[in-house]
Amino acid sequence: MAPPTGAATAGPLPGAGPGPGSALLRLATMGSVDDGKSTLIGRLLHDTKQLHEDQLDALSRASRRHGAPRVDLAFVTDGLRAEREQGITIDVAYRYASTPKRAFVLADCPGHVQYTRNMATGASTADVAVMVVDVTAGLREQTRRHACLAALLGVRHLVAAVNKMDLAGWNPAAYGAVEAEVRSLALRLGMDGVTVVPVSALHGDNVVRRSDRAPWYDGPTVLEALEAAPAGAWARDGTGAARLPVQWVVRHRGGGRSYAGMVSGGTLRPGDAVVVLPGGRRSRITSVETYDGPLAEAPASLSVTVRLEDELDVSRGDLIAPVDDAPEVLRELVATVCWFGDAPLHAGSRYRLKHTTRLTPALVGAVESRLELGPVDLVRAEELRCNDIGVVRLTVGTPLAADPYRANRVTGSFVVIDEHTHATVAAGMVGPPLLAPVPTA
Amino acid sequence: MTTIIGDPTEVGDLGPDGLPPRHPDHLDFLEAHAVFVLREVAAECERPVLLFSGGKDSAVLLRLAEKAFRPGRFPFPVLHVDTGHNFDEVLEYRDKRMAALGEELLVASVQESIDRGRVADPGPGGSRNRLQSTTLLDAVAAHGFDACIGGARRDEDKARAKERILSFRDAFGQWDPRNQRPELWHLYHGRVRPGEHLRAFPLSDWTELDVWQYIRREGIELPTLYFAHRRRVVERDGMLLAVSPWVVPGPGEEVVEETVRFRTVGDATCTGSVRSSARTLDEIVAEVATSRVSERGATRADDRVSDAAMEDRKREGYF
Ligand SMILES: Nc1nc2c(ncn2[C@@H]2O[C@H](COP(=O)(O)OP(=O)(O)O)[C@@H](O)[C@H]2O)c(=O)[nH]1
Repeated sequence: MAPPTGAATAGPLPGAGPGPGSALLRLATMGSVDDGKSTLIGRLLHDTKQLHEDQLDALSRASRRHGAPRVDLAFVTDGLRAEREQGITIDVAYRYASTPKRAFVLADCPGHVQYTRNMATGASTADVAVMVVDVTAGLREQTRRHACLAALLGVRHLVAAVNKMDLAGWNPAAYGAVEAEVRSLALRLGMDGVTVVPVSALHGDNVVRRSDRAPWYDGPTVLEALEAAPAGAWARDGTGAARLPVQWVVRHRGGGRSYAGMVSGGTLRPGDAVVVLPGGRRSRITSVETYDGPLAEAPASLSVTVRLEDELDVSRGDLIAPVDDAPEVLRELVATVCWFGDAPLHAGSRYRLKHTTRLTPALVGAVESRLELGPVDLVRAEELRCNDIGVVRLTVGTPLAADPYRANRVTGSFVVIDEHTHATVAAGMVGPPLLAPVPTA
Repeated sequence: MTTIIGDPTEVGDLGPDGLPPRHPDHLDFLEAHAVFVLREVAAECERPVLLFSGGKDSAVLLRLAEKAFRPGRFPFPVLHVDTGHNFDEVLEYRDKRMAALGEELLVASVQESIDRGRVADPGPGGSRNRLQSTTLLDAVAAHGFDACIGGARRDEDKARAKERILSFRDAFGQWDPRNQRPELWHLYHGRVRPGEHLRAFPLSDWTELDVWQYIRREGIELPTLYFAHRRRVVERDGMLLAVSPWVVPGPGEEVVEETVRFRTVGDATCTGSVRSSARTLDEIVAEVATSRVSERGATRADDRVSDAAMEDRKREGYF
């Protein structure tokens, strides 16, 4: 490793857990139209001083043009012409913020059912869901559905801002009623951590600045909750076993090869006894390197190259895993899919599937069931329509070394690609839905 | 890059360099992800190309490409879309960098597009920024590129904030922001039909400050333009434009010599400089960290036209 070049900028991160990627927390927002999601994000960015003067000028110009009585922080978020005209969010917008404790990537997701594909795009990489609920309206259907989708995609931490407390006169009972709704939803979704905060995004209470309007509330502000939230929900139910999907084979002058990829699920070390899947040949890792030199260990989310003791035939799409904790190799899989295709998904349809770094043909054996989200329930189904979520059986052309999604978000996920248009028509997760369906009476 | 987990004396396994394992910081994760994206694009696409402007973001891209592919060669050529309105320092820097890397450089010239009548010449003082889209799309078609790797970041502009890491372009080079491909997890898929192509943005999640911190950490060389220097400028539309063959002071415009630096490098007619005394990377990082004006707001005349200027250009095939 190169000696430190005197640029230790991120430094140690007080309050950030030691998990992989804790220096960088990825958030996905959710909320129904008019609950104040855009205002909350604007407030977070504004009060953490992420907005520049010219952006503030642009904001007041936009506010004036749209007839807003004052600078409307909500205009921070919506970026496309059509979104500003229609006052809706169509696609995810990414925002960046950093505090002395942490760097944040904030995926501001749309809520409409019609844009489920974009919502899923934002939630698929998120560590924490940030929910906004209007205290005067309660938890709405769209927000519930959005939270379900986030939980389904493996987001296990929720920070909920109960907004517009100013309109409810900062009444603790009004807050308590909404808080109870949020907590009961989070419980049903199996969230691991829930923080609920009474706020006024418009006035900036309890977002970044602690408010004295709610003496009855002694929890964290929204920002404090985010600074304390655990990162790396990526392998929550994992065993800690590392996986390295091979991306690229590097041939060295003078012979020898190394295999490049991004580590997931655990830490890779020289000396590890490994198996290369789906072939099943065994070897041992002799070195783990980056361009900057050899490493003693590579935690999840780092891109590395490894060398093996034996000359094996390893190529892109193969998976390197520890011998004693390797994933199953599957030719048939049961998976949960979010369907985005215009045409419904039926048994007998053929697609391409991208799993880790492998592209393989896939045949739909059966559509088993469809997931209803309010209340959560699995019902028998013959087909999945656009924006439906359901359980399907697939047969793949090349055996896949896959973990259940609940064990590893990288080796447990795939996308389904239309063979002709190459459009991405589904997001897939190996195994049954993460949401435990409530049994019907 | 000095953070160590816990008490170093407790760490049993020392690394191959005799040092305890290092706790990765947020730059390490940004780098690892960008390297991952570069390798995916190289593996999935038939004929990718890396776009190089001579600016800091493309300097970072080149370093990331080294990280992704050395000791091998880059699995793609490098393309410079040359507006003809260049700062000399940038061309010198480009040629020096490319010679050091030993990789293939292609140049697509806006002047040639003008000469061949593909686009109209905006005149000697006019910006050629928007014309680059045509030159780029012509180069994409001529070489059959199916992926253009660019250094754009989502924090630059609100239309960029919406864009995918692998962003689809139809056969006309158009971006349709209302109908983007879903992009889940880190499953970047590079398939397109003939004539269509992708734009790939490995630096999507980097901020301007991240870029500077990374440049400092890696010791990446940059054109001298980025560091404070004395320069003859005219103030136009609230921006300090460098006097050059293409920026000629008009009546009533006063030429002054100022200590300035550039925050972005683009077509010389529309890229402004900022007053600054930051001469070292440390000083630049400190300046960017406390800056109250955004990168584009400070320096790009083309984005001041309307709120949707970037969205409109991108729809036409701009970087
Ligand atoms: N009184 C009050 N109004 C708010 C608050 N937060 C947002 N609003 C208003 O609620 C409306 C909808 O807010 P917006 O952020 O655009 O909602 P979005 O559709 O969820 O993004 C706007 O008129 C906001 O000014 C708040 O805390 N208190």
